[in-house]
Amino acid sequence: MVRFENVGLRYGLGPEVLRDLTFRIDPNSFQFLTGPSGAGKTSLLRLLFLSLRPTRGLITLFDHDVATLDKDALAVLRRRIGVVFQDFRLLDHLTTYENVSLPLRVLGREEETYRHEVEELLHWVGLGDRIGALPPVLSGGEKQRAAIARAVIGRPHLLLADEPTGNVDPNLARRLLRLFIELNKSGTSIVIATHDIGLMDQYDARRLVIHDGRIHAYD
Amino acid sequence: MTNGMKRVTEVVGRLARAVTKSRGKARETAIVPKDSIAGPALVSVIAILTFLASLTVGAVTMVVAAASQWQSDVTREVTIQVRLVAGRDVEANVQRAVEIARATPGVTAVRPFGKEESARLLEPWLGSGVSLDSLPVPRLIVVQVAPDQPPDFAALRDTLASEVAGASLDDHRSFAQRLRSMADVAILGGLAILALVLAATVLSVSFATRGAMASNRSTVEVLHLIGARDGYIAGEFQRHFLLLGLKGGTIGGGAALAVFALFGLLSGHLIGRSGGDDVTAMFGGLSLGVGGYLAVIFQVIVIAAVTALASRQVVQTTLRAVS
Repeated sequence: MVRFENVGLRYGLGPEVLRDLTFRIDPNSFQFLTGPSGAGKTSLLRLLFLSLRPTRGLITLFDHDVATLDKDALAVLRRRIGVVFQDFRLLDHLTTYENVSLPLRVLGREEETYRHEVEELLHWVGLGDRIGALPPVLSGGEKQRAAIARAVIGRPHLLLADEPTGNVDPNLARRLLRLFIELNKSGTSIVIATHDIGLMDQYDARRLVIHDGRIHAYD
Repeated sequence: MTNGMKRVTEVVGRLARAVTKSRGKARETAIVPKDSIAGPALVSVIAILTFLASLTVGAVTMVVAAASQWQSDVTREVTIQVRLVAGRDVEANVQRAVEIARATPGVTAVRPFGKEESARLLEPWLGSGVSLDSLPVPRLIVVQVAPDQPPDFAALRDTLASEVAGASLDDHRSFAQRLRSMADVAILGGLAILALVLAATVLSVSFATRGAMASNRSTVEVLHLIGARDGYIAGEFQRHFLLLGLKGGTIGGGAALAVFALFGLLSGHLIGRSGGDDVTAMFGGLSLGVGGYLAVIFQVIVIAAVTALASRQVVQTTLRAVS
């Protein structure tokens, strides 16, 4: 599904923040991405969701060499990837329902075809009574769940989550982890970037550890 | 249908579809927030520009219509002037000139002005009660011609010159030419103002779009990351600015139409009053006419379309630069 070969990344003329990354993410797999602050977890996630291009090396995503794809092709590829941002990135002028349905709206689907689907998902993540609420009035945990719902509504093949439990209490963190495990069981590959050792200890999964710009996989 | 007309029809069709689409999506909140700081300011700028452009279009339409009317009136008749020549009977000369004119194909009516009528024509300059017997005032003959089959003016001029002493033909050609020139200058001036208005609109919209993109940077990023193509993002901004353009254009165009309607009412009141008839003779009653109203409405649509297309262009250029 995802293959990195000798990938390096530098910002401008600065030093390489990621060096010689070589790893795979298999279909239906679950992995935690961890490492100290500033190690490059977010940069690696940005490479994974095609927000950055590598300085060197080869990235293959869904059997496409991303270096050879134009902007429109990258946009189509991104539709197979769901992303949960650390800072949620919900649009403040759209309701919870509209934020979650945004990926389907971008696909050009008519609202009648997805309304039930979105409402069902919102109920599933516990936001059934917050459908019409705007993000500024949601709590941190509610925003987190709305962001996750938006990431999964398009049934992505790959879900990337950046510190998805960073803003929630341990109880909600466990619930969110269960949500990711359920998604994984339904066929989505999961990459969770986190510092939270306690969270990682709750589920036996592959760990990708970034240290000093290099990646080490522990299966 | 010319290519230009086809292009205009295409643009109007796309506009109509975009407006219909945005109406159809009325229940969905616009992805580009409607209530941005730049919105009301841009609507005001577009309204002012459309108002000025509509006044220009209306004024040019009225001038062109009045010039066309004058030209039509002027070219429907010509004048034979018979000057007094020593030793010749002017009445006999006038009679002979009338006979020649009546015998000319293409002439529909001939009416010589008598002494009294000639005196009335000179009253504004000489005052009433002045005897013209002692003045060498030429006599005039008004000749009505068929507009579709005018006479051979050159032949008529030669015949008059050879057979009637002191006779000359004035076909008003130079006056008609001046009217045409004046109308052409008015049209060119109007087009220049319209071009400036459109340029100002494009510049204003470009700045507003860049501002909107900067203030909606996070929205654009999120759209990108969930798989929106540049065309989709540009379309969202285009729809946003199309609605702003239509709003501003309708306000400005509507205000201009109200001004013209007011002028029309005022000119109706002026008829028969001092100065009113002169104004009516000059501008045909200050009425814009159906063509003028349609031109203003068309202009509102053009300005809205220019607003939408300019914003789309800026968004696509910016997205290309960002990538």
